[in-house]
Amino acid sequence: MKSGAKLKATEERLEEIREAAAEAAQVPAGVRPSVGSPQKREGESYYGLPALKPPVWTWEVPLYFFLGGIAGLSACIGFAAQMLHGAPELIRLCLWVGLLGAAICPVLLIADLGRPLRFLNMLRVFKLQSAMSMGAWILVAFSGCVFLAVLCFELYVRGFTYPLLIGLLWLAEASAAVTGLLLASYTGVLIGATAVPVWSENRKLLPAHFLTSGLGGASGILELAGFLVPATQILGFAASGIETLIEIMLQVWKRPVDAPLHHGRSGRTLLVAGLLEGPAALLLRIFFGSVPAGRYAAAATFLLGALLSRYAWIWAGRASASDPQALFQLQRKS
Amino acid sequence: MAFTAFLTDATICIGCKACEVACKEWNEVPEDGLVLSGFSYDNTQALGASTWRHVLFLEQPEVAGPQTADTKDPFRWVFLSDVCKHCANAGCLESCPTGAIVRTEVGSVFVQPDVCNGCGYCVVSCPFGVIDKRPEDGRAFKCTFCYDRQKAGLVPACAKACPTQSIQFGDLEELKQRGKNRVQELQDRGYRDARLYDPQETSVGGIHAFFVILGEPEAYNLPPAPQVPTVHLKSAWTSALISAAVLFAIICAAFAV
Repeated sequence: MKSGAKLKATEERLEEIREAAAEAAQVPAGVRPSVGSPQKREGESYYGLPALKPPVWTWEVPLYFFLGGIAGLSACIGFAAQMLHGAPELIRLCLWVGLLGAAICPVLLIADLGRPLRFLNMLRVFKLQSAMSMGAWILVAFSGCVFLAVLCFELYVRGFTYPLLIGLLWLAEASAAVTGLLLASYTGVLIGATAVPVWSENRKLLPAHFLTSGLGGASGILELAGFLVPATQILGFAASGIETLIEIMLQVWKRPVDAPLHHGRSGRTLLVAGLLEGPAALLLRIFFGSVPAGRYAAAATFLLGALLSRYAWIWAGRASASDPQALFQLQRKS
Repeated sequence: MAFTAFLTDATICIGCKACEVACKEWNEVPEDGLVLSGFSYDNTQALGASTWRHVLFLEQPEVAGPQTADTKDPFRWVFLSDVCKHCANAGCLESCPTGAIVRTEVGSVFVQPDVCNGCGYCVVSCPFGVIDKRPEDGRAFKCTFCYDRQKAGLVPACAKACPTQSIQFGDLEELKQRGKNRVQELQDRGYRDARLYDPQETSVGGIHAFFVILGEPEAYNLPPAPQVPTVHLKSAWTSALISAAVLFAIICAAFAV
């Protein structure tokens, strides 16, 4: 609150501004507005200027989307393997990948904040209607669960086989799997529930796409680490198969609002990303899936595509928010 | 305390920018670039983290729409002072994960600068493109509706400095009625494209800073049917949960065979 003395002075100042404006606004006869008027307007908008603010997120956020997806699905694969008697070494790697992701992700998110020291303010409230708030809590829950799961697992393999510890391990793994799935998918909800047209109009696709990317990424990491088991082969096929379908859908169903997904930097990157995640990874697996080199190549191709795709979606949001016609056409239609 | 509002009237505005100056001075908003845009006399261009009032300069040719009743002006110059709409259902407020953005007792939407941590989610959640992150500061800023002045019983700085009463401040319901009367008066005088911009029927559910404008809202970069982004949450979460269940089934199947 301003002091009394300053308040009085500023009230006079506001009067001064008003009087000066009124005086300067006296227009002598014969004055013309500006040279070359009226100016051409682009469509029905204000000089074609953006009607929305483009996202301010920097490189950390799409990288977080990518790593969070891998970490979440990795924990999920670990739990499924545990339930269905998978190799202990595979379960162990899954949990460690999840924990590594849980360690890196908060660092990326905090680095993106305008006031990084205030990161704990994220936990001031629990807000169902804010996907960002839910995401912060999901990340906290996932980190806790996957840390506990790793701890219990490492104790278990070292011969601590108390029933309580085993029960806790199962509980932690199951919770990490559930929160992991949420971690990998909420990022799609996060950008889907915004005012940015290309994001909000793809709000149903985004969570499915991000989850699938996370699945192929997590299973790809397992393959690159040497687990060339049938399960990772199946998961690789499934992920690149779904991504191929998504790519076909995007190419066939070209709505005006999806322009940033097909044109410009975001469109080119998304096309490359979609081809790598989808057809390229799928074909590598079909033709060279029987040899290790083929599977490594397919896994690496998918991972690269998944990473590029996250950046492309953020760039597409920037392009979409900067295009007033994208917004107005959408609202005039509905 | 009753809800307060702004009624900003494009048909009275003379484009003097006293509101921009008064807002900057009272709220100590930093300078945010001195550029010549080439867009009429508008070098401010848009609302932003350091621009809380913005005067638009529309240069409309005859084809822009019906002008007066029987004569057609070859040219129309329209000014309008844009501001945060203080939505009844505010996207920025709903999306804020820290609780920094709150609803005040006068019905306005206020960003608490001591709580905001600059996550940037409000920026993409505002259906009007108002709030933005100030890069050199890191936090998000927008019009405060001169909350400090209102608490002291004063009118907001922009309304106080406006020399033509194009910016009016007062009780929400009373101003809304005044806006409707003004539109009727303008239409009676032949301005058939005069209208009140106050999107009530969309999910935004009305705004606390409404405008009397001439012509389509798009010409002022005002969205014709703004939606609060939380309406998208249900379908997005449904998709997330279904996809998660399907993928979990696929993962289990992969290990079962």
